[in-house]
Amino acid sequence: MLGQDVVLSVAKLARLSLTSEEVDRFTGQLGQILSHIDQLNALDTQNVVPTSHQSIDTGAFREDVAQPSLPCSVALENALESEGGFFKVPKIISAS
Amino acid sequence: MINTDTIHGVHQALKKKEVSARELVASIYERIERLEGDIGAYITLTPDMAFAQADAADRAISSGDIGPLTGIPIAIKDNICTRGVRTTCASHILSDFLPPYDATVVSLLTQAGAICIGKTNMDEFAMGSSTENSSYKITRNPVNTAYVPGGSSGGSAASVSAGMAVAALGSDTGGSIRQPASYCGIVGLKPTYGRVSRYGLVAFASSLDQIGPLCKNVTDTATMMDIISGHDTRDATCAKRPPESYTSGLGASINGVRVGIPKEYFIEGIEGEVSAAVNGAIQDIKKTGCVVKEVSLPHTPYTISTYYVLATAEASSNLARYDGVRYGYRVPLANSLLEMYTKSRMIGFGPEVKRRIMLGTYVLSSGYYDAYYKKAQQMRTLITQDFMDVFKQVDVVLTPTAPTTAFKIGEKSDNPLQMYLSDIFTISVNLAGLPAISIPCGMSKEGLPIGFQLIGRPFDETHLLNIAYQYEKKTTVCSPTIKN
Repeated sequence: MLGQDVVLSVAKLARLSLTSEEVDRFTGQLGQILSHIDQLNALDTQNVVPTSHQSIDTGAFREDVAQPSLPCSVALENALESEGGFFKVPKIISAS
Repeated sequence: MINTDTIHGVHQALKKKEVSARELVASIYERIERLEGDIGAYITLTPDMAFAQADAADRAISSGDIGPLTGIPIAIKDNICTRGVRTTCASHILSDFLPPYDATVVSLLTQAGAICIGKTNMDEFAMGSSTENSSYKITRNPVNTAYVPGGSSGGSAASVSAGMAVAALGSDTGGSIRQPASYCGIVGLKPTYGRVSRYGLVAFASSLDQIGPLCKNVTDTATMMDIISGHDTRDATCAKRPPESYTSGLGASINGVRVGIPKEYFIEGIEGEVSAAVNGAIQDIKKTGCVVKEVSLPHTPYTISTYYVLATAEASSNLARYDGVRYGYRVPLANSLLEMYTKSRMIGFGPEVKRRIMLGTYVLSSGYYDAYYKKAQQMRTLITQDFMDVFKQVDVVLTPTAPTTAFKIGEKSDNPLQMYLSDIFTISVNLAGLPAISIPCGMSKEGLPIGFQLIGRPFDETHLLNIAYQYEKKTTVCSPTIKN
């Protein structure tokens, strides 16, 4: 079973704030899903090569030639705050 | 009625000038106005763009320049980027997102003269099997509105099934084109991984995602594939292969083609009526000259677990980009950068997306990586190997598309694991990167559609579509009548 402490530390890694109700709910549900997934341990896969991608005949190489990219102003259009060609975020370093 | 016809039927009418593209688009929007309140297939409608495209199509047609998709009204799933048209992924976090570019598939359709009617509803970020996980609305099955249309491309499937678009684009990460096609009584194809460009498809699980068509019949599906498939330098995983004409492959003899029936797919838990309809399809396939033989895909029982490790791991990484900085929802008045991230994501994401980000982060976290993520990648090798072994004995594999017909709205929404299990027959195809198509093969006593799935070798869409086409020709099963 999964403990609430694990759920809280995973939420921290995932940069998610959770309400206490969500912590309760996810603790139960994730525990249930993980115990289903534990069935994979029934199989010995020690010598099996992992597959990350079905790159059957991919590999789209091309010449390294610069191509037009989005103008700065367009790239910033969806940002809630921007200034001087930059994305603006809350202050990261405090003055003190 | 012309607006409920197939691509081919509409094309003929446009060519003979029995209807103009403008009249056609007007009749589609009139129909949407009448039916959309009950069905809820769309998040955003794009009439200004559609009428402008219709006028361009009419000008082209009057000068004798008509291609197979000129003037054809198409719906696009809302996780496929459309320049200047809101693309939300059915998520609150992207409620105001205006993509600065078109997805490659959208450019290809536009260049072919197709008309974009609107952006369709879906499960948020394509995570779900019922289109109930949208931040905006639920979509109802046009065949019976008490039931789900399937998901995650439920809006696309419903729009085609209800005649609110002639064809649609969806995306399929674990069955999200094929399962709603099956539930709504239409045809849906998930192409081979790498056959269709993913450029501009908002990523859920990049090694599994693929864009594909949802259509009223197999010929329409081949027509859409002729346009959208092919190499794209903007997607490094897009296969460098010459274009193919799938429509010209339709009609070739399939005498002696070997069809494998995997015994692991006819299990307990599959509804009696589904099993009877799929067995009927197997008999009909024999009548086309195919040879049917039992095969085995022994690792089938492990596919759901494998999928939910890999897909959530990739999703947790892909969805890290929604941080409120460059686009998407940002919580006002955050005191620090970290608070801005965590609160924007808390408010912006819905419950299923959070659940999957949590699961994916957990399986990738230090100490669990080997036990879950690496283990699942090894399982993926074994599941792929199963198919490669079977394709030494047969040319295609035939299975049910889903274990049941559409379920009732609300029936599974509180039980994520039950919901995941409805993808049991479709997800192995994504893990192995194969092409697969769902074709209608019957209806339940309640009148709910049933579909079966044909799975092909990598890049063998030509063969797959032709077998589906020959089946469709031989059978008396047709899609449920579209209500007026």
